[in-house]
Amino acid sequence: MRLSGRFGRFGGAYVPEILMPALEQLEAAFLDTKEDHAFQKELGELLTHYAGRPTPLYRCRNLLDAGEAEIWLKREDLLHGGAHKTNQALGQGLLAKRMGKRRLIAETGAGQHGVATALTGAVLGLKTRVYMGAVDMARQEQNVFRMRLMGAEVVPVTTGSQTLKDAINEALRDWSASYETTHYLLGTVAGPHPFPTMVRDFQRIIGDEARAQLLEARGTLPNLVVASVGGGSNAIGIFTAFIPDPEVRLLGVEAGGDGLETGRHGATLNRGRPGVLHGAYSFVMQDEEGQIVESHSISAGLDYPGVGPEHSFLRESGRAAYTTCTDDEALDAFGLLARREGIIPALESSHALAAALVEARKAAGPLTILVNLSGRGDKDLGTVLQRMGSPEGAS
Amino acid sequence: MSRYARLFERLAAKREAAFIPFVMVGDPDPAGSLAVIRTLALAGADALELGLPFSDPVADGPVIQAAATRALDAGVTRRQCWEIIAAVRAEFPDLPVGLLVYANLVCHREPAAFYADAARAGVDSVLVADLPVLEAGPVAAAARAHGVAPVFIAPPNADADRLRAIAEAGEGYTYVTSREGVTGADSMLRRDQSALIAQLVEFGAPPPVLGFGISTPDQVRAARAMGAAGVISGSAVVRLAAEGGDLAGFVREMKEATY
Repeated sequence: MRLSGRFGRFGGAYVPEILMPALEQLEAAFLDTKEDHAFQKELGELLTHYAGRPTPLYRCRNLLDAGEAEIWLKREDLLHGGAHKTNQALGQGLLAKRMGKRRLIAETGAGQHGVATALTGAVLGLKTRVYMGAVDMARQEQNVFRMRLMGAEVVPVTTGSQTLKDAINEALRDWSASYETTHYLLGTVAGPHPFPTMVRDFQRIIGDEARAQLLEARGTLPNLVVASVGGGSNAIGIFTAFIPDPEVRLLGVEAGGDGLETGRHGATLNRGRPGVLHGAYSFVMQDEEGQIVESHSISAGLDYPGVGPEHSFLRESGRAAYTTCTDDEALDAFGLLARREGIIPALESSHALAAALVEARKAAGPLTILVNLSGRGDKDLGTVLQRMGSPEGAS
Repeated sequence: MSRYARLFERLAAKREAAFIPFVMVGDPDPAGSLAVIRTLALAGADALELGLPFSDPVADGPVIQAAATRALDAGVTRRQCWEIIAAVRAEFPDLPVGLLVYANLVCHREPAAFYADAARAGVDSVLVADLPVLEAGPVAAAARAHGVAPVFIAPPNADADRLRAIAEAGEGYTYVTSREGVTGADSMLRRDQSALIAQLVEFGAPPPVLGFGISTPDQVRAARAMGAAGVISGSAVVRLAAEGGDLAGFVREMKEATY
């Protein structure tokens, strides 16, 4: 490896020895393409003409009742595929081709990363297989259909909790037999080095754009940047550009589920301990003996007992803070954005929005908040309908 | 001299290879697990390879995953695992006992604490399935500080530099995987690993033992012909134990193929 793959004491590459050559090959391809004009040009063209970048930055008109706070939304929900996942799936897909791989494998929880991988496979001509927990397949039926429409094979995972973490296990097992022809297109800033660094670099376009857009529109940096954190790719994506700006507060929002006190949540950084899951040393939700415990969230994308190692580092160094919001608080924010702004956010992004609303309401004076609206809520309509019933009559 | 060194010296003098069965500690429950392990040892296993149950075993196929799940579902605790191993150690004082674990079981607290427990239970070696040599430094040092041999995997895609690093870092034995992928029984060996084994020997690695997919006496003979100092059979043993099959007969049959 050419880089350390560490963020302070977090990160590393904890994988079976057989995967090390594949990770080294990936790191080399990734580093080589950073300065490769042709590669960057092709990725840039795909992001612009296929995926729809840059995404808009929108200042909410009606969301807040009073006060001097402003909430600005980075509209990743408008990206092709419906979420920020497309940014880095295209980047990794191009890397896979450059390495001569003919096949992509991926894990997915809510299905958003699976959809991003499926569209990448379709547009780049790579055979695609997506591992998905059987429980997740049942609750995200439409995304399963979307992936299959775009030619991906979706394989149900029936081991363990049958959710995202088990899908990652199964993808790693596949890769340990198929690495010669196959690229594992991991969906977040977790996993072994170089994934956390590589996925961050492909996702930082979110924050780079938003920073420039806000400076252009408002002439200032935000006071606060808020994003939801499951594995943590949309948060790293919007945080990275602001890390060198000490006056900008960074706030990650984890899944509070039914409430931290119930134990049914996905608040890895708030309630976990350091350990090794899926190839990295980072915060992990685990029991006394080091067994990984199951997470819970109404948002499948935040329903993960691990977190990217750079978030563990940002938390420990104090550069970013991490809070939580419950399923109910996220649902309230979901409904409010729909009614007041005509935007239906993903339940993941609704967590960020809920925390932003808390900050805005307690602000004594002017406060500029930038929220990563990481995805759209179409995929969540079934979940919300089941939970809230029909919105008619709701205030 | 370590138990592994004595074992491999004794076998080499007789021109025999080691037969090493693997089972999951605590599968299906503590009493049943101890009975299975005693059966394997009494039937003539040269050493034991024991898994500690982990919730997310990424290097294992369905059979060994299911064994870990059975143990965890039965509520088997780490303390009970150490007690089972200590009982095996007390009854078979000369038998090398290796552990196969995952990194989080070692790294969720100070690695030294894990190795202190392992040493106290009488463990001779620990292989951490998701700890490549590149990451192993501090963990291997903690193992050695407690007199536990760090074992490493030599996979079929390792080049000379990687094999040299594996040879230098490992103690006890070297786990040579017969193929890519995860654990699981095969009907035949798909790859000739003799070149890789010869290279390990040239680099002064601890004795190379072939594992992954081994379930028949013919495979044992083929492994010997490749120059392996022993074989590990996991999924086949675990499945037989779960089905209540003739474990002692299987061990004797496999051991006979090592002569």
